[in-house]
Amino acid sequence: MRVVILGCGRVGARLANVLSHAGHTVGIIDKSADAFRRLAPGFRGLTVVGTGIDEDVLRRAGIDQADVFAAVTDADNTNIMASQVAEVIYRVPKVITRIYDPIRNEAYQTLGLETVCPTTLGAERIKQMLERS
Amino acid sequence: MYVVVCGGGKVGFYLAKTLINEGHEVLIIEKDKKKCDLIAEELGSVVTRGDAAEASTLGDAGANRADVVVAVTGDDEDNLVICQVAKRKFGVNRTIARINNPKNERIFKVLGIDATVSSTDLIMSHIEAEIPQQALVHLLRLRQANVEIVEGVISAHAEVVGKKLKDITLPPQSVILLVARDAETIIPSGNTALQAGDEVIALTRVEQERALRSLLIG
Repeated sequence: MRVVILGCGRVGARLANVLSHAGHTVGIIDKSADAFRRLAPGFRGLTVVGTGIDEDVLRRAGIDQADVFAAVTDADNTNIMASQVAEVIYRVPKVITRIYDPIRNEAYQTLGLETVCPTTLGAERIKQMLERS
Repeated sequence: MYVVVCGGGKVGFYLAKTLINEGHEVLIIEKDKKKCDLIAEELGSVVTRGDAAEASTLGDAGANRADVVVAVTGDDEDNLVICQVAKRKFGVNRTIARINNPKNERIFKVLGIDATVSSTDLIMSHIEAEIPQQALVHLLRLRQANVEIVEGVISAHAEVVGKKLKDITLPPQSVILLVARDAETIIPSGNTALQAGDEVIALTRVEQERALRSLLIG
């Protein structure tokens, strides 16, 4: 599988490490080169410095060949815009967008983006744990 | 007209001020408290504090009855999200986004934003206007139709000098609309002959601009 990941924070780096280790082709983008220190020494993918809402940067990371695009920067609107570019312009078959803001998450889910909202997931999980104890 | 302006920087501020002076109802949405205070002091209670990309903020601003939502923050991705939420969630008819990276113009168009304003492109067109006789100056580009109206000055060594329009082969789908010579303005016919120094306004397809330029300017 060819995967492009936008954002090399904790989630992005972990995802990149796991997928690379499993033998997938990974391209990862971050606006700061320093972020790539989170990648494991065995990471064999491609690292690209730049902003994810710049088409040139996305192309350098391999967006035109990608099977999967995951947008996991800490900025919701960057994730939303980059995901739509991946989906509408580059026709990436599977696009996943992280959105922290629950309201925006709901809005874009109804508009057809496949989203993950850590805020509601985390709160829901903690609530479940409380109810069980 | 009710206009919601998202982003209270310099562009948002002066846009709102101009709209208010023209008698429109305006609301500015701005994140930063300091900027909000400054705007309120200068323009009165036409500003609300919040993140315009959040649906609840736009809802509180009465986006559902807005005639136009304009997004003029300094970040393209924020402007995109604001316009999309305004359009799809609140049914706003007309959304206008400011673009900082000119390359994003095409993306915004594909993603359904009605109109975009790129300050980089605007400044470029002014710079072009300051460089005399070097290139065709863009007066207007009709994006959807893929045509543009350009202006240029016929140079002395251009092959069209002294020729009548009916004897000049223009690039395909190009028309000369107007010839300005000294104080005279000519709406040309086939018998109009071009002279060096004539200012010409022409309509052309975007992809023919280069050919038109080499013909008129050399």
